[in-house]
Amino acid sequence: MCVIASLSDNLNIPSPSAEIQIMNINWFQKQPKGSDEVSLTMNISADLQSLFTWNTKQVFIFVAAEYETRKNSLNQVSLWDAIIPAKERAKFWIRSSNKYRFVDHGKNLRGKEFNLTLHWHVMPKTGKMFADKIVMSGYSLPEEYI
Amino acid sequence: MSYFTQNSLLSFLGYPVSLQTFLPLSAPSLHFTMDWQGQKLAEQIMQIMLLVFAVTAFVAGYVLGSFQMMVLVYAGGVTLTGLITIPNWPFFNRHPLNWLDPSEAEKHPKPQVTVSSKKKGFKK
Repeated sequence: MCVIASLSDNLNIPSPSAEIQIMNINWFQKQPKGSDEVSLTMNISADLQSLFTWNTKQVFIFVAAEYETRKNSLNQVSLWDAIIPAKERAKFWIRSSNKYRFVDHGKNLRGKEFNLTLHWHVMPKTGKMFADKIVMSGYSLPEEYI
Repeated sequence: MSYFTQNSLLSFLGYPVSLQTFLPLSAPSLHFTMDWQGQKLAEQIMQIMLLVFAVTAFVAGYVLGSFQMMVLVYAGGVTLTGLITIPNWPFFNRHPLNWLDPSEAEKHPKPQVTVSSKKKGFKK
């Protein structure tokens, strides 16, 4: 019964949408240890209601900044996350500074272009968890420390 | 649960209980049992009912969009199935076995097992 309930989730075709605006770069500094760190305020708005099925317990979402450096082709830094417990709360708008520190391994962030991706994990009441993301590109950091 | 209450409950459910602590040995005891055919029937009823309730529960839950409804319907189904298949209802005892009366058995002594000299490690 649980297997069939989980399989029925595959019948759901989600159509989520999201938008992230960077309202402000609060500060951008080089830490004593030598790593770059930036603090930013984001406007996150999303409509994730279509992700929910009768077999959904909650949806976990997080925003990650992705960029490339000389050493690594992909760096991912998680900036913010939330748990959406019900379908009614899945259409939202929030303004928040980054929950988790946006720190680099090194001093590569000046003038860096980066993507912000909104990832989601649809956690079921029983069975398989589905995960996907929306990639939003076109963001960049200032050339000099603030 | 006191021994007496436990005894009463078990005998009500059909388990042969010993009442020798409370009643003399000559007191009658009630035996509700299932015969072999009845056991097979109970098994079949259980399989079919649980399957039907599982399907019904899933359909109910899916259509109503409620996981809780699926669980509740199935739980109700399991309880109903239990009420029908677990107790030793009379319709499970329609082909009872007629055991030989003890007095009759004494008239026909059991054949003796002859121990051959080839067997080794014979217990008794």
